[in-house]
Amino acid sequence: MFKKQLFAMLVLALTLSISAVSAQGVTELTIWWAQWAPADFLQQIGNDYEAETGIKVTVVQTPWGDYYNRVGTEWAAKGSSFDMVVGDSQWVGQAVTQGHYVEMTEFMVSRGIDKTVTPATLQYYGEYPARSGRYYAYPTEGDANGWAYRKDLFEDPEEMAAFEAAYGYALGVPETWDQLRDIAEFFTRPDEGLYGVAVYTQDDYDAITMGFENVFFSYGADWADENFNTLGVVNSPEAVAALELYAELYSFAPPGTNDAFFQEMNDVFMNGQAAMIMNYFAFFPVLASDQNPYQNSTGYFSMPAGPNGERYAALGGQGISINNYISDERKQASFDFIEWFAQEDVQRRWAELGGYTCNIAVLESPEFLEIAPFNAAFAETMTFVKDFFNIPEFGRLLESAQRNLATYVVAGQGTAQEALDAMAEEMDAILAEAGYVE
Amino acid sequence: MNPPSTLPLAARHAGRRQHMSDTRIVQLFVLPTMILLILMNILPLIYSLYLSFTRFSVISDVPPEWVGIQNYITILNDQRFWNNFAITGRYALVSVTFQTLFGFGLALLLRSKFRGSGLVTTLILVPMMLSPIVVAVFWKLIFNPSVGILNYLLGFTDINTSPEWLGQPDLALWAVIIVDVWMWSPFVMLLALAGLSAIPDYLYEAAAIDRAGAWFQFRRITLPQVMPLLLIAVLFRTIEAFKQFDLVMGLTGGGPGDITETVSIRLYKLAFQGQYDTGMSSALAYIILVIIIAVSNLYIRQLNKARGA
Repeated sequence: MFKKQLFAMLVLALTLSISAVSAQGVTELTIWWAQWAPADFLQQIGNDYEAETGIKVTVVQTPWGDYYNRVGTEWAAKGSSFDMVVGDSQWVGQAVTQGHYVEMTEFMVSRGIDKTVTPATLQYYGEYPARSGRYYAYPTEGDANGWAYRKDLFEDPEEMAAFEAAYGYALGVPETWDQLRDIAEFFTRPDEGLYGVAVYTQDDYDAITMGFENVFFSYGADWADENFNTLGVVNSPEAVAALELYAELYSFAPPGTNDAFFQEMNDVFMNGQAAMIMNYFAFFPVLASDQNPYQNSTGYFSMPAGPNGERYAALGGQGISINNYISDERKQASFDFIEWFAQEDVQRRWAELGGYTCNIAVLESPEFLEIAPFNAAFAETMTFVKDFFNIPEFGRLLESAQRNLATYVVAGQGTAQEALDAMAEEMDAILAEAGYVE
Repeated sequence: MNPPSTLPLAARHAGRRQHMSDTRIVQLFVLPTMILLILMNILPLIYSLYLSFTRFSVISDVPPEWVGIQNYITILNDQRFWNNFAITGRYALVSVTFQTLFGFGLALLLRSKFRGSGLVTTLILVPMMLSPIVVAVFWKLIFNPSVGILNYLLGFTDINTSPEWLGQPDLALWAVIIVDVWMWSPFVMLLALAGLSAIPDYLYEAAAIDRAGAWFQFRRITLPQVMPLLLIAVLFRTIEAFKQFDLVMGLTGGGPGDITETVSIRLYKLAFQGQYDTGMSSALAYIILVIIIAVSNLYIRQLNKARGA
């Protein structure tokens, strides 16, 4: 009897050893990400992983403008040039429905990884369809829009007195969008080479849409209702008011910021042209370095509230996903890396390097809030983030938003109502063609 | 039964080579090129023609779905596409006209040799040797209303009234045209110079004996003689202008809004940049191809006429 049991156990062990996929033989892993500082931090994390496991991790970086195209081309070829990709939140729907990402639900849930990250980041970076409980990415770089401002100007007694005399309330960090507008107007002094604010205007990928979203959502507007209807939603009175405000903010921006994204925001701030700039938190580290002449007088704040007190920030950031076109061994090795990366101590190290962790425990720790001067604003912002469509048709929807927003805000053509009417109709046609609406 | 050959093997092979006809040798030389051409150009061309009649995205797992001429109908009924064509046409017409005028003018100035004329000619040719993206990046700085030199040179010292070349809808296309003219006028100049240097001196000597004025000589000798090469330059530049992508992408990306969105930029956005609408973009590519062939034919007819005259 004992021999029979032993034999059965041996057969079972042999079968399992043959069928179970192991990462044996994988000595290196390749991760694709956009070219920016967090990718350098991830490379350092990868170096730690190599020191611990012997598996070399290489982070290949591509400039932001070409990043989606490069990944898209690789998807088209069903290529295996990368094992993992740190993909934008908007890509998830397309990547999932077209079969480019490996499903991670069982992996995330069985190991409790889904409980370690903030719900918003898990939802926007990893889950598809929305509220389905199916995950395809581990939230890696949490990011959202925030603000940097010149404290030396805001706290100057003369400026404070002049502002209060002009607007009837004290100059300080704006709590509402109306206040932000007033402050932007107040500091707009072309004769001194100073402008009140700089906002995103670039229309080649998603910049102007992301910048506008901060106002748009906070004003109570949205891209669609729960049934994907855009007509009367995208062009609602709240949306029109938000767009008019965004265009007004652009009128207080430094000349030459008609094609501006993160780099231009930091540039106009550091060369003293702008009193306030919007930017993703991931781009603020340079403002806290000695490259910024106003390093010691730079303050940070999160999005102000809309007319009804609602606060939203456009979500940036990305989750790490596994390429579906690599071998099972490499997939397993990728899972192993993500499991290691998701550990709290590694996430703490990730945050120390400058990465924006989505790990709840690290985010709530006092150390994290003190690591960088903008971390407190970041931690607050991550509680009210909101994103663009992440369905497979997001590219066409985004193109419509970018073009119509830039036509009104930058080119100054037509009215806010006309721009949003055109956008709502185009989005409705795209969603109808894709079968979301009749 | 034939007796076995007594010739050594090498000699027999040499005999075979001697019998290879010229046509055969030509075919052997041309064959690798033809195979490459078919594999790299013709087959993708045929495949993209097929894709233009389908609904298909290259990054999806879904195979192409035949939709007939629906993609072509959609494009030709879409006002935005017509707007893209209008922008491209306007851009090509103005840009090539100025390039021809400046290029030919420069060629006339450099026709007669002077001390350092070789160096001047070489320096003028520098813009067309640069990468369009590099040119775009440089000109973006030059156009910048805060730090760019162009506004300063034009006398706009007040930043409040300085034009935003790449941000104002009435100036953005002109800004792209200025850069294109700067970059490619030397090309027209080069071909015009070649044409001018080929005109025999005796024609001018005969005209001088007949007391013909400078304008008459230009109209009746210079222009007709240089016309074939000038038309070739115009043909090349027109084709390039219709396909213009890198310079516009680098300068404005088609913006602000879609003010400078030429068909090539639209094609790029449709084929890549988030959309990956391969079927529709293939159809648009074929429409652009047909237009370029039609325009080229018009020029070629004129070229033949000029040659005949």
